[in-house]
Amino acid sequence: MAYNKRFDGRKFDETRPIAARVGVIPEADGSAMFSIGNTVAYAAVYGPRELHPKFLQNPQSGLLRCRYNMMPFSGAGSRVKPGGGRRAKEISVVTEKALLPVLNLDEFPNAVVDVFIELPQTDAGTRCAGITAAAMALADAGLTMKDLVSSVSVGRVDDKIMVDLSYKEESYEGEVADIPIAMIPGTGEISLLQMDGKISREELQTALELGRKACLQIYEVQKSALKEKFGVGGKIG
Amino acid sequence: MTLLVKDKDVVVPGEALASGMDYLPTSGTYREGDKVVASRLGLVQVDGRLIRIIPVSGKYLPKRGDVVVARVTNITLNGWVCDINSAYSSLLGMKEGVSDFIARGSDLTRYYNIGDSLMAQIINVTSQNMVDLSAKGPGLRKLGEGRIIYVNANKVPRIIGKAGSMVSMIKDATNCRISVGQNGVIWLQGTPAAELVAVSAIRRIEADSHVSGLTEQVKAFLDKNKVVA
Repeated sequence: MAYNKRFDGRKFDETRPIAARVGVIPEADGSAMFSIGNTVAYAAVYGPRELHPKFLQNPQSGLLRCRYNMMPFSGAGSRVKPGGGRRAKEISVVTEKALLPVLNLDEFPNAVVDVFIELPQTDAGTRCAGITAAAMALADAGLTMKDLVSSVSVGRVDDKIMVDLSYKEESYEGEVADIPIAMIPGTGEISLLQMDGKISREELQTALELGRKACLQIYEVQKSALKEKFGVGGKIG
Repeated sequence: MTLLVKDKDVVVPGEALASGMDYLPTSGTYREGDKVVASRLGLVQVDGRLIRIIPVSGKYLPKRGDVVVARVTNITLNGWVCDINSAYSSLLGMKEGVSDFIARGSDLTRYYNIGDSLMAQIINVTSQNMVDLSAKGPGLRKLGEGRIIYVNANKVPRIIGKAGSMVSMIKDATNCRISVGQNGVIWLQGTPAAELVAVSAIRRIEADSHVSGLTEQVKAFLDKNKVVA
């Protein structure tokens, strides 16, 4: 049985409904919420602040420290073990690497910028939602950034190439490739590219092109969410 | 050749502000090809050919010459370690702390004890952001009993106002003593009711700092909440 129509009736190049808000955690130095379909990510930024343990301090530049966490009740029924495992650790690292190319922390030697990403509800595409929220939160924290980072997943289900796979699509019985990407919208550079599954070179190129378009859409949402905090720009999502 | 945004527009990092070589990037902006691009969230300010971003958020970064409200967190052999509401702590040297002669081995808590707050000036910042303070100078003093609040350091110029107009207005209306540090720490002393009015006035300025006609709004607020002495 071929996958001709998506489970939720979307077009293949269509993302799930997107919403974003900035300043959702007033106590933090910067914060943002990003949701795509049923996946919801909150990001809070603290710092630059004093870095402990001291041996991590870098006198040349500040450090970016990300923590990705799915909440225990966030999945589809089964409980996610709290405390972070191998997977959370890996995603924390790739999130840092996806965000670092736009950040300039040279002004803050020996200091740290902490980014906490929490996911109260998940339906695939969590690292992408986390990166997108974190980029907004970092901008809200007033850090020097070359650009924002927008992120979405693309992939293949059977022979169809599509953006923003839902959990149901990721766990489809046939062949599936799931490719989270993060893009710097100004230059089109890609700062995150991972894959689960198999895909051909041509298919990957089509998928990346779809992803690029979706990232630009997400970028517009990020932009207006940041501006909306100051009462300008329309509500999107 | 053209400006892509208007003066006082809110822009986000990565947003193109102008194209062509006619405009020059200054603080909060950078040049990418023939475009001037924002590198911070804030308000655009166009001053002739210069484009800069007035930041609206961000932690305080110590700058030489700033007068700050510091809190003593530790005492060492050479002086007092102070917290200045930033990622970096600062040192108030013995010589810069007081004008008295301090004999070797004397008790430094006689001058400033842990937990004390003071107005101090930043006299030096190294490349690694090590900060030296001085408590000698006009207006610099130990702060006694009162209330300390923390505000966004980027809003401090607005709270002080042109030549101190805004803060003087609050002082006059509430009869409070107020010291505003560039680091976003504000010390107030007055009757409890007056302090509360002053704090809410300051919070208002902080929240609406990007609104024009703020002075009138704050004046109206203070008139409505007159503190009877």
